[in-house]
Amino acid sequence: MPVLDLMSGFIVELRNAGLPVSLTENLDAMEAVKVIPIEDRDAFKYALGATLVKNNAHWKVFETIFEVYFSLRGPEYAITQDGQPDDFWREMQEQMDQVKGQGEGKGSGGGMDSLTPEEINAMLMRALMSGDQAMMRALAKQSVQRFAGMEPGRPVGGTYYLYRTLRNLDLENMLQKLMDANRESSQQDLTSLEERLEKDEFESRIEQFKQEVESEIRRRLVADRGAEAMAKTLRKPLPEDVEFMHASRDEMQSLKKALYPLTRKLAARLARKRRHGRKGPLDFRNTVRHSLSYGGVPADPKFRYPRPAKPELMVVADISGSVAAFARFTLMFVYAIQNQFSKVRSFVFIDGIDEVTKYFKSTEDIGEAINRVNTEADVVWVDGHSDYGHAFEVFWERYGRDINSKTTVLLLGDARNNYHAAQSWVVKEIAKRARHVYWLNPEPKSYWNTGDSIVGEYGAHTDGVFECRNLRQLEGFVENLT
Amino acid sequence: MKPRFNDVATVRSGLKNVNYLADDGIAGVVFLADRLGKPVLIEGPAGTGKTQLAKSVAELTGARLIRLQCYEGLDESKALYEWNYKKQLLRIQADKNSDSWSEIHDDIFSSEFLLARPLLEAITSEEPVVLLIDEVDRVELETEALLLEILSEYQVSIPELGTITAKQIPLVFLTSNNTRELSEALKRRCLYLHVDYPDLEREKEIVLNKVPDISENLADQIARIVRSIRQLDLKKAPSVSETLDWARTLMLLGIETIDAQEAKETLHILLKYQTDIAKAAKELSVTK
Ligand SMILES: Nc1ncnc2c1ncn2[C@@H]1O[C@H](COP(=O)(O)OP(=O)(O)O)[C@@H](O)[C@H]1O
Ligand SMILES: [Mg+2]
Repeated sequence: MPVLDLMSGFIVELRNAGLPVSLTENLDAMEAVKVIPIEDRDAFKYALGATLVKNNAHWKVFETIFEVYFSLRGPEYAITQDGQPDDFWREMQEQMDQVKGQGEGKGSGGGMDSLTPEEINAMLMRALMSGDQAMMRALAKQSVQRFAGMEPGRPVGGTYYLYRTLRNLDLENMLQKLMDANRESSQQDLTSLEERLEKDEFESRIEQFKQEVESEIRRRLVADRGAEAMAKTLRKPLPEDVEFMHASRDEMQSLKKALYPLTRKLAARLARKRRHGRKGPLDFRNTVRHSLSYGGVPADPKFRYPRPAKPELMVVADISGSVAAFARFTLMFVYAIQNQFSKVRSFVFIDGIDEVTKYFKSTEDIGEAINRVNTEADVVWVDGHSDYGHAFEVFWERYGRDINSKTTVLLLGDARNNYHAAQSWVVKEIAKRARHVYWLNPEPKSYWNTGDSIVGEYGAHTDGVFECRNLRQLEGFVENLT
Repeated sequence: MKPRFNDVATVRSGLKNVNYLADDGIAGVVFLADRLGKPVLIEGPAGTGKTQLAKSVAELTGARLIRLQCYEGLDESKALYEWNYKKQLLRIQADKNSDSWSEIHDDIFSSEFLLARPLLEAITSEEPVVLLIDEVDRVELETEALLLEILSEYQVSIPELGTITAKQIPLVFLTSNNTRELSEALKRRCLYLHVDYPDLEREKEIVLNKVPDISENLADQIARIVRSIRQLDLKKAPSVSETLDWARTLMLLGIETIDAQEAKETLHILLKYQTDIAKAAKELSVTK
């Protein structure tokens, strides 16, 4: 297919995946492909990236779609029952045979069919050991052909094939085997530092090999099903749109990665906003300078800006099961920008409640503090099922008097109260004393007040209930808060 | 205008000749910037060679580097141009009685009274120029608007004087340490380049190129240790400049191969936070 036709499908898919590609950017990309040949795949990819992706958090999604639309194509990627060894492989074989010497019983030209899985495994180990890139790539290709068991038209996802391939290669134990072999082959004992470095090196090679296998599978699936269908199966939410309540482990990782740049930006924005919030006294010099355009008349007075006070924050979070991840991210978020508040106190509950501020005070490491919150906080009263009513009552009894007209209180949770007594009077009392009370709910709005959710009953006393399913919404809320 | 580079490979090797180690992405985007005549917005963590890239491209192309260092509060009068108002006042006072106001007005708003700041200077320059707008994320969102005309049209409009258009299209680089989201308008006008920490090979090359007399072996070890440290969950990962500082320190101490003890004792050069240092020290001495 000509490049320009591929391009239009490609850009449609980027937009489907949520990337904000404007018309100008689309046109720039079209210009870019005119000056960079598609054969130079890396340069081609970066050229498209430079014109179409203006946010690094979106790069991974871009890369996947790029691979689907511009992966190498050709008959050699067709899924066939009996994989024919290609020329590259045959050459490789011959070289290997020469290196091995003739005595091992495998004549040249035997191709992959004559190799046992153990032999392939041994070759892979050697390639990983020496970091031989070309060999690793060739082996990835052959392993897929041989072990993935791909069948044309079969509607299974790439992960299944990946799993089959890697299992056949026994890749799980590869790291250990490499480390052992390395230890044996080195003359003197490795220091622990050296071992550590070797391990990281091997891990990175194994990871690289895995990615080769994955790409190979993807190329074949694209050849079989077409780019559009393939892109659709691979479509994943952008990090900022991943739902807290349903994030997989990988997604959690990418969420965590996205969190800190976000908070850094937010903090800078807030600091700036604070400085420019209100008008202050006249800035004389600035006014005079601008007066020149009016023939020396100070027609456009300029002002200096005072700093408005920072709010005090109390976060009260349900950390039971399904909403735990949400609580964790919100706490991380709040503590990452704690300089924006004059004071932050945090409380966590399930059916009992505990103050956890001290964990965040005793370390600079927010991650570590969160771990302590999860393991050490005393949050179970009776049975470890959320009881908002009881938790709120105890909160009010113990800490209610600390709330004053400078305090903003954030209540976090899905308000699924397991049909316990609501005790919503507590929220009402909090609202009377505090500057603001807000409720953040990680559930989609359509689930609110269904089943045992009583967020409406609590929410009635607050200054607002906000849906906070993902980072994007959380960031938006916090920005308006300060 | 004649293209500055033949292909991506030339950019890469050219940069290497001036001691800048680029990867495919960096070289590709520089090439594209020249061909499409578009500015490049470079984002990434601090100390990863964003500013250096602009400087090195200037050196490579034999162009003059004009740098606008951004800061909070930067305004038109520091970025674009300013009327020399003292001189204007003198002129007004000198001629108070003789000339009509409109005559004076025309006179004091002529180029004689104009002070060119970096952006205007880059536009009006006769010789080839690389314009570096450094750390653009530090200016207020509203100030970004000052840049838009230059970035898309390569021109500056001065109400009293008219529009000044560039004599030649300069290569323009904007850098950002990502402390805030830049406006869509600005991003749309630029090619985007994210510069991250270099991979092992490239970092080793950088060390070899930038630290005189360092051995291949030591450079390799440094790059490996830094890679391992970056994999930890840190408040602030070591940047390339910190890698270089560390390499220089190790050279000064006369260290040829690093052992765990020496690594630990010099970690404060690589890492800035006490918690990060403690974490890395613990990791580096583990046995398995
Ligand atoms: N790719 C590279 N090649 C050569 N030197 C580099 C490279 N990347 C970073 N450096 C060096 O690292 C240091 C920091 O680079 P700098 O451009 O100031 O970082 P940034 O602008 O991204 O904060 C400089 O001394 C620079 O020379
Ligand atoms: Mg810089």
